[in-house]
Amino acid sequence: MSFISLLWVLLLGSLLGLELIGKVPPTLHTPLMSGANAISGITMLAALTLIVKAEGNVPLLIIGSVSLGFALFNVVGGFFVTDRMLAMFSRKPSNKK
Amino acid sequence: MNLPVIIKFVIDLLAVLLLALGIKGLSKVKSARDANRLAAFAMSLSVVGLLSYYLGTSGIAVQSWIWIIIGTIIGSLFGAILAKKVPMTSMPETVALFNGCGGMSSLLVALGVAIFPLSNSVENLDFFKSLINEVSISVSIFVGAITFTGSIVAMAKLQGWLSTPGWTQSKFRHFVNIVFAVASLIAFFDLINGNTSSIWLLVIVSSLLGIGVTLPIGGADMPVVISLLNSYSGIAAAAAGFVVDSQLLIVAGAMVGAAGLILTQVMCKGMNRSLVSVLFGGSLSAQSTTSSGSGEYTNITSCSVEECALTLEAANKVIIVPGYGLAVAQAQHTLREVTKKLEQNGIEVVYAIHPVAGRMPGHMNVLLAEADVPYEQLKEMDVVNPDFPATDVVLVLGANDVVNPQAKNDSSSPLYGMPVLDVQEARTVFVIKRGMSAGYSGIKNDLFDLPNTSMVFGDAKKVLNDLIGELKDLGVGEK
Repeated sequence: MSFISLLWVLLLGSLLGLELIGKVPPTLHTPLMSGANAISGITMLAALTLIVKAEGNVPLLIIGSVSLGFALFNVVGGFFVTDRMLAMFSRKPSNKK
Repeated sequence: MNLPVIIKFVIDLLAVLLLALGIKGLSKVKSARDANRLAAFAMSLSVVGLLSYYLGTSGIAVQSWIWIIIGTIIGSLFGAILAKKVPMTSMPETVALFNGCGGMSSLLVALGVAIFPLSNSVENLDFFKSLINEVSISVSIFVGAITFTGSIVAMAKLQGWLSTPGWTQSKFRHFVNIVFAVASLIAFFDLINGNTSSIWLLVIVSSLLGIGVTLPIGGADMPVVISLLNSYSGIAAAAAGFVVDSQLLIVAGAMVGAAGLILTQVMCKGMNRSLVSVLFGGSLSAQSTTSSGSGEYTNITSCSVEECALTLEAANKVIIVPGYGLAVAQAQHTLREVTKKLEQNGIEVVYAIHPVAGRMPGHMNVLLAEADVPYEQLKEMDVVNPDFPATDVVLVLGANDVVNPQAKNDSSSPLYGMPVLDVQEARTVFVIKRGMSAGYSGIKNDLFDLPNTSMVFGDAKKVLNDLIGELKDLGVGEK
């Protein structure tokens, strides 16, 4: 990938992000923040790349592994916690007496 | 193009599409939960794509697998445990913690690449390419470190482990932060010049900058800061994408960065704060002590729980205004019992939710949903405001600034212009409050002085429990 095309990717990705969230009901601000936060843990891919390309360099393997741990803490925790919040909204109104 | 490349390309494209759909879906109540799962699925898909690519091309060494598995297990395990255990009231600080760790991850990747340049990327680098490489490493470290330390400080402040030290409110802090910023710029140029050891300087000063910027910000503004830091962690991920040459990382990081920025803006609007004043204005309460907002109360009416129960019994329509104090007292379940009784008596009950009720926008909705309050009873500010004149009783529970009429009437008030709930239009207003202390903003609430307002002093949970007892005595809600 040339640098220029990566810049294009960055630009279009940003525009997409700006467009995606137009009108969000305040109810969903917290879950949305926490969901988006989980997605930012996508750096786990970078950590994985680091580990795969480390070629036996132990310090690098350790850095990559710790980085992967942090990222997955972010991703797994983020998605679970978001799901917990959203589960409360999706309760059917028929549950009430 | 060989097969692994094509497969990875298709999977990446699919993952980006699903992630975009996920973020989109998260902004609608109906689709939110599925959207969250969709995004989680997209993330796992991207991992499969990456691993299959390396399996098909260079192969993955056993040693690498071991370290992958170690990192995966530890990270996921702690993440899952924390996510399951954490109480709903601590949601803002939990998000801050997760966010900080995402930033840390980006920082570590960049650090790793900087110290041990990846073999295949270092060989045939021309000047331009190595420059890009160093710039993206620096950006990733800089933003990652700020995200990490900033988030940790935000979490500690929300948890109450850290208060806002007085010295951070002086103008001196701007000078200190500028020094940090300039120092990171110097480290950055030094790094590009080929002095690898200056990377540590960059790590240290950008970490300090993250602390220096977040520490002076008051608790009321923390949600905005967390949302902004969330946006930063997206930017850090995108920068890490440049470091390891991954389009998927760049797209996803940029999406989160941009979406986080929009969300931050929306939150600022709801609190009537500009982003600039949140970031550089310091704590709101520190300013307001000198402004016209402070003053003595002259006409406070306090009343007993019994009177409150009697008035409630005679009402036709009751609006509840919950605030963070309710959540702190863990009284949302007790509140639900009170409203159940009222409903059984044929009284119409509605919850008025201010956009920033709780500690984060939408936080209160989560807390009330946890207490089984039907979703339809939660009314947003714009919907409920015209209803107040036709309302008999308003119960304000642990809310303060969001019901301050000053925001509408007093142009000299720091709150002026903030959207508020017009509770004073109702016939009777009961404010359940521990004492006369001011709200987050530290500003006097004119509502408490109005003739139709009565204060019921006490802990929200205890008052509500007493209220249940009184209502029982009155025969309210007995079938």
